[in-house]
Amino acid sequence: MLASLLIVFREVFEAGLIVGIVMAVTSGVAGRGLWIAGGVAAGVLGACLVALFTGGLSELFGGSGQEVFNAGILSFAVIMLTWHNVWMARHGRELAAELQAAGEAVVAGSKSLLALAIVVAIAVLREGSEVVLFLYGVAAAQGGASWGMVAGGFIGLILGSLVCLLTYLGLITIPARYLFGVTSTLIAFLAAGLAAQAISFLQQADILTALDETVWDTSWILSDSSYLGRALHTLIGYVDQPTAMQLIVYAATLTVIAALMKLFSTPAVQRPRTA
Amino acid sequence: MIWHNLPNDRLRIGATVFAAALLALSAGTRVRADDAVSLSLVLKNHQFDPAEVHAPPGKQIAIHVKNLNDIVSEFESSDLHFEKIVPVGSEITVYVHPLQPGRYNFYDDFHHATQGYLVVP
Repeated sequence: MLASLLIVFREVFEAGLIVGIVMAVTSGVAGRGLWIAGGVAAGVLGACLVALFTGGLSELFGGSGQEVFNAGILSFAVIMLTWHNVWMARHGRELAAELQAAGEAVVAGSKSLLALAIVVAIAVLREGSEVVLFLYGVAAAQGGASWGMVAGGFIGLILGSLVCLLTYLGLITIPARYLFGVTSTLIAFLAAGLAAQAISFLQQADILTALDETVWDTSWILSDSSYLGRALHTLIGYVDQPTAMQLIVYAATLTVIAALMKLFSTPAVQRPRTA
Repeated sequence: MIWHNLPNDRLRIGATVFAAALLALSAGTRVRADDAVSLSLVLKNHQFDPAEVHAPPGKQIAIHVKNLNDIVSEFESSDLHFEKIVPVGSEITVYVHPLQPGRYNFYDDFHHATQGYLVVP
């Protein structure tokens, strides 16, 4: 039961951090609960499908199917997160003003909610597929799910969801006027971390091997497999032994997001000069 | 909506940067390394066979794992930074970049009692 609990908890915990951030980012926006729930449901469905087709998927691309798939969906999530930040840079000022004036939920562009719902779906799919594979594997091997395994998995799910809730509650205590800046920063670092993770998969599959030397080793300070390390890994992409390529892609992602946000942001209103 | 508000030179700069980035990344790709050290493991009775493997320092390593258990496993290592599902009856390969001397741990993430070590002298 404990093994089942820990495995499920670890995966749900990582997805939970991302879902919690998305919930906080969209706080106050009408209809966002439905979009996020939809993202989670799509992710769960996707996880079951991926688990079902793992055998076939694994053999694609000369045996690198899993890595190509993971790198692909992570990259897509990076694009969605970038889109969201750019969209908010464009429209965020109007939204914030409306929120303060009207004091009630504003209907945000559905495109931005869709982008975040996709990110939620990808996060749930990534972590969820491992949970499904594990639980199904154990159930099949023992000739049926034992109560211990089911209970452990269920508790792991509850605890992981608690992480999601705590992340959300923690973030929404931030005053509204700072929230945009904080969440945009969080999303940028989340995207950079996912991009570096995508690189890691490509390196693992020998598809991208340039600059694969380890630049530094901070595993003695914080191992990225500890719980705190995993949390930082998900939130900002912390890796205790980053390769040069990972660092470059990480920095490049942050730079591109910042540049695009600047490029597309609404210019400040020019005050008329008095003579 | 955004596009026709955008002055053309900004778009050109953005597109150029993006294309350059893609080009730079693609320069790093290459076909399977032929001079990688090849190691083979088998997962049987929830154990790695062999439980300890060796590789020389400074050479890329290809680790092949065949799953002869009756249950799917996840071949993973925190030390070596890889994770890959090994379907029942299948063989998968993970590539590890050249290593410094050391003793690196790997395991089956779905069955933590299953542990192994890669020793680089």
